[in-house]
Amino acid sequence: MDVVALSRLQFGLTAMYHFLFVPLTLGLSVILAIMESIYVTTGRTIWRDMVKFWGLLFGINFAMGVATGITMEFQFGTNWAYYSHYVGDIFGAPLAIEGLMAFFLEATFVGLFFFGWERLTRVQHLAVTAFMALGTNLSALWILIANGWMQYPVGARFNLDTMRMEVSDFAAVLFNPVAQDKFVHTVSAGYVTGAMFVLSVSAYYLLRGRNRPLALRSMTVAASFGLASALSVVVLGDESGYTASANQKMKIAAIEAMWQTEPAPAPFTLVGLPDTEARETKYAIKIPWVLGLVATRSIDKPVAGIEELVGDARKRIASGLVAYRAMEELRTRRGDPVLTATFDAHVGDLGYALLLKRYMPTVTDATPAQIEAAAWDTVPAVLPLFWSFRFMVALGFYFIALFAAMFYLASSRRLERWRWLLWVCLWSLPLPWLAAEVGWYVAEGGRQPWTIDGVLPTFLSASSVSAADVWTSLAAFVVFYSALAVVEIYLMVRTIRRGPEDQPVPALSPRPAE
Amino acid sequence: MIDYEILRLLWWAVLGILLVGIAVMDGFDMGAAILLPLVGRSDMERRIVINTVGPVWEGNQVWLILGGGAIFAAWPPLYAVAFSGFYLAMLLLLCALILRPVGFKFRSKLEGTRWRGIWDTALFLGGLVPALVFGVAFGNVLQGVPFRLDETLRLSYAGTLLGLFNPFALLCGLVSVAMITMHGGAYLACKTEGQIRDRAQRLGSVAGLVMVVLFILGGIWAAKIDGYVVTQFGGVDAPSNPLTKEVARQAGALMLNYGSHPWIMLAPILGIAAGLVAVALMRARRGRGLAFIASALAIAGVIATAGVSLFPFLLPSSLDPKSSLTVWDASSSVTTLAIMTAVTVIFLPIVVIYTAWVYRVLRGPVTAEQIERDSHTAY
Repeated sequence: MDVVALSRLQFGLTAMYHFLFVPLTLGLSVILAIMESIYVTTGRTIWRDMVKFWGLLFGINFAMGVATGITMEFQFGTNWAYYSHYVGDIFGAPLAIEGLMAFFLEATFVGLFFFGWERLTRVQHLAVTAFMALGTNLSALWILIANGWMQYPVGARFNLDTMRMEVSDFAAVLFNPVAQDKFVHTVSAGYVTGAMFVLSVSAYYLLRGRNRPLALRSMTVAASFGLASALSVVVLGDESGYTASANQKMKIAAIEAMWQTEPAPAPFTLVGLPDTEARETKYAIKIPWVLGLVATRSIDKPVAGIEELVGDARKRIASGLVAYRAMEELRTRRGDPVLTATFDAHVGDLGYALLLKRYMPTVTDATPAQIEAAAWDTVPAVLPLFWSFRFMVALGFYFIALFAAMFYLASSRRLERWRWLLWVCLWSLPLPWLAAEVGWYVAEGGRQPWTIDGVLPTFLSASSVSAADVWTSLAAFVVFYSALAVVEIYLMVRTIRRGPEDQPVPALSPRPAE
Repeated sequence: MIDYEILRLLWWAVLGILLVGIAVMDGFDMGAAILLPLVGRSDMERRIVINTVGPVWEGNQVWLILGGGAIFAAWPPLYAVAFSGFYLAMLLLLCALILRPVGFKFRSKLEGTRWRGIWDTALFLGGLVPALVFGVAFGNVLQGVPFRLDETLRLSYAGTLLGLFNPFALLCGLVSVAMITMHGGAYLACKTEGQIRDRAQRLGSVAGLVMVVLFILGGIWAAKIDGYVVTQFGGVDAPSNPLTKEVARQAGALMLNYGSHPWIMLAPILGIAAGLVAVALMRARRGRGLAFIASALAIAGVIATAGVSLFPFLLPSSLDPKSSLTVWDASSSVTTLAIMTAVTVIFLPIVVIYTAWVYRVLRGPVTAEQIERDSHTAY
């Protein structure tokens, strides 16, 4: 494998690993704040014990999130140095602001959350918890502003003098519609994860017939919070689809495996087998109108298909080549007004000319066949996107159903009514993580072949390091992270088995199975 | 809009402040971790040491994360070159930094001397390795680093991991380790009692003395090595393109700024004088808070010395001096610097205020009784 492939593999693995911890931190921090609010308003100490117990699990998870998060920040520089140079002027700012505004908040107060029970008044401690939750959520906002810009790079332009993208409208970067939708979608997914975690662990206690007061109350919180969050995930996911259809047409077309532009309103392909070679989707079962309604909020606007978008890419490559030629000539004739005007007119497509570098280092010499190949390179991997997306959406609806059922039972105080449903809750534990990881694959796999959509191809973004170096780091991460995962899971399971210490811990003999 | 020149100078200063922030804030918990096996003889003593930093290390670590983010935002070429050029050293640093959080969190969750012994070693390395790598990195930056930029500003790097550990860089690494150890000692003296405090003060003062001696030695050495001078450049407000200037290599160039601006001698003088004050106070077992402040000032002096000696260079290139990154050609655009300035002016004071509040709440020494009382939440 070359450096780019290895760096992608490493970034993908470390990011997905990091995101095992992030959603739980997002969700649990808010759940802790909710539980502690109830404690402060009612004064019932069981709610304080709940905060302490779930806080213990939160802490183990939080440490791993912090530890693996540093890797993410470093990796832009270590493995994606050209990317860092090329877009650091825009991309770096939200990362720095994230540190200043969010990380300090959550990290400074998380210590006090654990160590401050004896030193703070009730209201002060609640404020600490709330600030911690606010910090974690703000950090998600800033990182998704950065990520949203990769998907939809607004408010920036290429500067010929510095050979990089520079910010032209910071407000546009901040209020990027893609970033806003992704933020709410991602944070809600985190809440679902936190709620499912609490729901499953509580179900485990109820199935064992232990810690009932804690488990029933926790489950009630989890079911109501989870239901609201699961609804929000799907609604905002739908909103993301609408935003993406306007700004990331190719991603939508690939997710839908829609090779040709369909007459409006476009149908939604429920299932099918996309065939990249034949450029068609076999055995497709289509539901009329749905895609057109979701993607365009209309019945008369068409949704562009892959072949039409490849045609657009072909045109943009041609336009990008004009910009590239002008840029080369401007090197020797700096300031020439005609060349500058030509460059300015086509600079928006410069990234498309860069796609040719894979085939021809001097891109202006590219053959028509190479241009055709580069145009087709703009299509991401259709088959895995198609199925990942459907899997994620199915899970989203499953979460709504499960949380709705539990919410109904909680509001009629019959949470233990059906034992099998408690087992379902327990075994659903890994599903939010699965949905989140698959969701990230859809978002970032669907962005390929770009690191910055339409601006910088992935294969140009990597550092000029040796493959041996990246093999070394990749191996180190795999070994190191696996060991930590074992320790983390062991400690989590152990802490859960032990349960809240203020409760009488019954012997670990499970009830006979029914 | 503020002037580009002023913004660049400002962000050069912010870079320095952040590095000092990392060394002072994250430094004291790394120093405490380095001292952990030496001042903590029994398990309870070690738990006391760990719990002095337990509630605050997460906040401290943000200084480091913010440092990375701020370099990315304000000095993108520096971020790109330093992080990818020092690839394996960064990996080493990362592994050490990952060990720290899990070490704190996991160590005391289980009984058992072997389990805790492993995490004690992890914490020790988590303090030692970053201190060493940072110092060694500074040593290499002072000498120049073998990289080159092509016309699209793509970087290639010709160094190796072992090449980083050259004699001068190792000396800088030792200065850093000694400095951080001194600082950890000064912190532990404030937050512990009895024997642990005695040991921390003794070891901290020894480390401080070593730091001062090695720092002076490094200064004498640095006067003899090759430095770099800009012979021609596009101006203090020119677009950030390093290739628009000419640079010459020149022996003793690291001392030139002291000739043209003698007042910057304050930086090394502060490093030495404050270091000696910290040593004296710790030896005399007096003024513990004062010793910590003196130690922090010494750190500021040492880091500032490196910064003002290099100025206007951020990262000179030994392979292709023209590619060197300077304050005038390696920054973000004027817009980004202005935005970052506004954000910093608003949020940094807020951070300082609530951090101070948290330290106030947590004031007072950590004792064995406290740890026994909160045994399942304490580290």
